[in-house]
Amino acid sequence: MSTVKLTVNGKAVAVDVEDRTLLVHLLRDHLNLTGTHVGCDTSQCGACVVHMDGRAVKSCTMLAGQADGANVTTIEGIAKGDELHPMQAAFRDNHGLQCGYCTPGMIMSAIDIVHRHGGQLDEATVRQELEGNICRCTGYHNIVKAVLDAAGRMKVSQAAE
Amino acid sequence: MGVEGIGARVVRKEDKRFITGKGRYVDDIKLLGMTHAHFIRSPHAHAKVKGIDSSAALKMPGVVAVLTGQQLVDDKVGNLICGWAITSKDGSPMKMGAWPAMAPETVRFVGQAVAVVIADSKNLARDAAEAVVVDYEELPAVADVHAAIKAGAPQLHPEAPGNQVYDWVIGDEGATDAAFAKAANVVKLDVTNNRLAPNAMEPRAAIADYDAAEEHFTLYTTSQNPHVARLVLSAFYNIAPEHKLRVIAPDVGGGFGSKIFIYPEEMVALWASKKVGRPVKWTGDRTEAFLTDAHGRDHVTHAEMAFDANNKIIGLKVKTYANFGAYMSLFSSSVPTYLYATLLSGQYNIPAIHAEVIGVYTNTTPVDAYRGAGRPEASYLIERLMETAARQLKVDPAQLRRTNFITQFPHQTPVIMAYDTGDFNASLDAAMKAIDYAGFAARKAQAKSEGKLRGIGVSCYIEACGIAPSKAVGSLGAGVGLWESAEVRVNPVGTIEVLTGSHSHGQGHETVFAQLISDRLGIPISQVSIVHGDTDKVQFGMGTYGSRSAAVGLTAILKAVEKVESKAKKIAAHQLEASEADIVIENGEFKVTGTDKAIALPMVALAAYTAHNLPDGMEPGLKESAFYDPSNFTFPAGTYICELEVDPGTGKTSFVNFVAADDFGRLINPMIVEGQVHGGLVQGIGQALLEHAIYDANGQPVTASFMDYAMPRADDVPSFNLSHTTTLCPGNPLGIKGCGEAGAIGASAAVINAITDAIGKNNLEMPATPDRVWRTIHAA
Repeated sequence: MSTVKLTVNGKAVAVDVEDRTLLVHLLRDHLNLTGTHVGCDTSQCGACVVHMDGRAVKSCTMLAGQADGANVTTIEGIAKGDELHPMQAAFRDNHGLQCGYCTPGMIMSAIDIVHRHGGQLDEATVRQELEGNICRCTGYHNIVKAVLDAAGRMKVSQAAE
Repeated sequence: MGVEGIGARVVRKEDKRFITGKGRYVDDIKLLGMTHAHFIRSPHAHAKVKGIDSSAALKMPGVVAVLTGQQLVDDKVGNLICGWAITSKDGSPMKMGAWPAMAPETVRFVGQAVAVVIADSKNLARDAAEAVVVDYEELPAVADVHAAIKAGAPQLHPEAPGNQVYDWVIGDEGATDAAFAKAANVVKLDVTNNRLAPNAMEPRAAIADYDAAEEHFTLYTTSQNPHVARLVLSAFYNIAPEHKLRVIAPDVGGGFGSKIFIYPEEMVALWASKKVGRPVKWTGDRTEAFLTDAHGRDHVTHAEMAFDANNKIIGLKVKTYANFGAYMSLFSSSVPTYLYATLLSGQYNIPAIHAEVIGVYTNTTPVDAYRGAGRPEASYLIERLMETAARQLKVDPAQLRRTNFITQFPHQTPVIMAYDTGDFNASLDAAMKAIDYAGFAARKAQAKSEGKLRGIGVSCYIEACGIAPSKAVGSLGAGVGLWESAEVRVNPVGTIEVLTGSHSHGQGHETVFAQLISDRLGIPISQVSIVHGDTDKVQFGMGTYGSRSAAVGLTAILKAVEKVESKAKKIAAHQLEASEADIVIENGEFKVTGTDKAIALPMVALAAYTAHNLPDGMEPGLKESAFYDPSNFTFPAGTYICELEVDPGTGKTSFVNFVAADDFGRLINPMIVEGQVHGGLVQGIGQALLEHAIYDANGQPVTASFMDYAMPRADDVPSFNLSHTTTLCPGNPLGIKGCGEAGAIGASAAVINAITDAIGKNNLEMPATPDRVWRTIHAA
């Protein structure tokens, strides 16, 4: 057992976990942040994507201990109160989700994609960048639309800030 | 339509919880004192279980119990059932081997459970499972249908000699032979419909909680049909009577058919929770999903189509071997028979059809309904045959289809189905226009000059949905009726709860069903709640599959709403001192037509519940229920056309354009309908290009993770160009046909027809991987 100290969604936490505990299980089982999902166990599907120190990571593929001292943001932490993150709003407005299981990971990856490309995105880039996130419901069509829509919204909201 | 009524593109009510991480799936639920189950699964495709030594595991800290298949037998827990009886051509019933939830004596596929460890945590259960020693005696195994029916093949079940479940026929063999005898041309085709793993993104899971004082079980499970689960668990498995078993299917992360069935894990969890006196949770991992979720497709077929001198189809002969895997899953028997062979007429006038389907056991994961269920296999076969025929007869493939389209409705096919309505020319025209079919030759020539092989492929699909008229399916062997139920409760303040037996696991029912209420009663969808997925809340229902929830489930809601409206009008007339016949409902008000007298719905509702001033003899309250049983299947149909390029140097396929023109009858929410089509198309494209659940000759699965099984990813597929043509379904009052499966049914043939057009070779099996395409291009 070890104590892992980290910041999750802006709140400092210290959690006692078995050394073999994965970050996703710390979030789900110890912090009850069940929005982050496990879909494949082999780092393929991306349902578990969270942000660690501002970068998208697959939380099923790292030990909780590796997040010691890190700043982690999950799907529960991106809206500002009742105001949705532009990516969340774009997924809803473009029907970019159906069963919702891949959605948190998709949104967290998509935010990272927009950040890394500075909002300069086209369909081919979005499709290529989403390679690590699998969705079985939407056929990706509306997810791609949502990411492109959100890229525009995020530019606007950044400009406003 | 109102802004939120029928036909409006309303964003989904349910989305907020999913985009904020507040969805509530089974694995998100924790109960006090909960234990965790880990199943011990056979690594062998076929073996005798000689003994299970759990003594070391039982000594490990945190281990609560190790339970085995023999204990299930001792406790008289029933075997899994197959709910659709099929009769072979010789009149004998299908031949089924017993399927115990955990194998006490013999395992017949890799992944079959033999025991389960119950422990305080998931990790402890896994650790202890490593310490359980199972003594297996390996037996010869067989995975391929042709190998399985050969003399001397390993035998799976003593009840099914030759590994044959049934040999079933449909249609008129004499008439079909006569048609072939006078044919001007005969087209022959051998096709394999590749085995697929459904892979809903949420792995299956179950939490069972036994209350000893009440002798009552609660089961949280990843189900498309919680009431059917309760019925089967009660009636056949001896778990508990229905009133002592509550089944809850909360948010469910996709189904695609694979969550229709009642699996061993939830049975064992229920049974174990009573044995250990604590709640038991099981959550599958992805490899368990590959090993134990019912697979789809897996047909091997030879077909021949007879044409007269005018290129009119005069006969069709089909012989299909269907691989059922090691056991007959819940609805498996119906898939390659009544859901497949009854659609072999496609969109075409075919006067004589004869089909024979041989169901075969193999040492593989059981096969059952997967999105489309039999209808993709039929559509793929017919549309590959039409393309092959066009090439052989040297006519345009679109024109050959047009020559043979059914244009008069209703149309009785020779294989049971009576198509009620459709306009196949309209959807073909729409798709051809959308893709500029006429301009294809020039585009192909241009691509050739750039070193690319360009092809175009047409697929005109039809499906039987709105499953299903109970009397009809009962006469064909179904063990259940396939109606749907609904209850509409108007609360005293005028908000509305709709209870439905349909189950939403991505389809958007919470929005779509509320749109009907908004349309009828003129209230915003925010004032309507859709309640589903809990047997304690909803009295009964048959669940969601077979594109049935709008055509059947929503119609049940409409029937209940009509009853509510009727009573509410009586109350309004009484309050307004008007005649009931003069009351109309507009924008949430009950108005006396031609006057300014009106009373709002909340006031009508309040009057119904205060009961201070109701018409004489009227019961208080405003709540009505209805059961709706459809009179026929519905027949969504359409045309998909795919244009793509193949790189002759690598065999890689790149999409240029993919158009879909569907006729689903009336659309309630076009945005959601389009989403259903997108998802279905990608599952069809996945089958055509990427996906294949592969076993080696000894029954070892080769594809048991996303590392080995190629799921379609965003950069494998194109964006789509969708359109709709409309003929309203005459079988239900809303004119709905259903849209959930079309994409998966029609897409794969369009892709393979396009690739084979591009490379100029007709025979190409799915999945058309670059390797396979390259070899086909360069084959002698």
